[in-house]
Amino acid sequence: MGFFKDLLSKLKFNPFARKSHVKLGLYGPPNGGKSTLANRICQDWLGEEMSTVSHIAHETREIKIKEQVNIKNKKGKELTFSLVDTPGIATRIDYEDFLKRGMKKKQAKERAKEATKGVIDSIKWLDEMECVVVVLDSTQDPYSQVNITIIGNLQARNIPVLIVANKVDLKKSNIDVIKAAFPQYEVVGVSAKYGKNVEDFYEMLFKVAK
Amino acid sequence: MVTFQFIPFQEIENLGSAKRVNKLLNIVKENKIVLMEGRLKKQEEADLIEITMEEISPKFKGIELSVVYPNKSKQDFGQKVKGTFANLLLGDRQGMTIIGPASVVKRIEQNPNKIELFTKEAKTPPAKRYRKKK
Repeated sequence: MGFFKDLLSKLKFNPFARKSHVKLGLYGPPNGGKSTLANRICQDWLGEEMSTVSHIAHETREIKIKEQVNIKNKKGKELTFSLVDTPGIATRIDYEDFLKRGMKKKQAKERAKEATKGVIDSIKWLDEMECVVVVLDSTQDPYSQVNITIIGNLQARNIPVLIVANKVDLKKSNIDVIKAAFPQYEVVGVSAKYGKNVEDFYEMLFKVAK
Repeated sequence: MVTFQFIPFQEIENLGSAKRVNKLLNIVKENKIVLMEGRLKKQEEADLIEITMEEISPKFKGIELSVVYPNKSKQDFGQKVKGTFANLLLGDRQGMTIIGPASVVKRIEQNPNKIELFTKEAKTPPAKRYRKKK
């Protein structure tokens, strides 16, 4: 057995080894809470924040990476992640939506332009990911084609997926609808903002990323 | 007025991915809603979003997209076997894809039982007032 392990490791393929370093992407539609979850993870394990958050969509407009995020599970096992916070994927971006949020025309147009580039980058980075957490707002309808396209593309690339049903602290939150929409995936309900149920999220992450 | 354009699968069947996506997007940019027989490949759906983003301008605000496909999780064994054969024969020809311009289609809501397409209210010009000729 040892001979085969050595041989496989020499061939850089070892099915007996656990992954020790994983590139973990946070994906999803805008305003689902990707950056809030990224901040929660970084606060919990590094003691610092990663991204700025806002109620206005497309706050994250470029890929942000935090290297060497070490996470331990209840059994004391450790995983090291490169955490990648991505801009929200959308099929429409209208600068007038930002005007309605009180921005000036020039600023709104600039934000819309940056947001379109952000979406393109998010899609291009899909191939780089080794594991993806899809962050969905559990108060919203999960049957949107953006969600289906993201998850379908991850499935086509054989990338492990964990679905986070975020914002469970809100009354309108409904995890069951998300579970029904994506029955083949693990779904964990959390409130990234208040840290509710994040322990379960970390346990589930170990299960999916290993 | 809302215009729908039906695209039979055979019209895109022999096109490469880039040409397929561009053909559909060009129709949508003419302010028409595309009803396409079948579906794009997963990668092509992502390409469609990517190219849409490249094309966004103050005049073109993006698309609304929805794909209707048989829900395999609710099929019994017999239906699944039939579905597998149909898939082998028809490939991506199964189902239907709806793509509309964001300036016309407000949103498409899809749940397992129905699809609802909400259009934006058309801005009709105010009625002309005619003065009586004396």
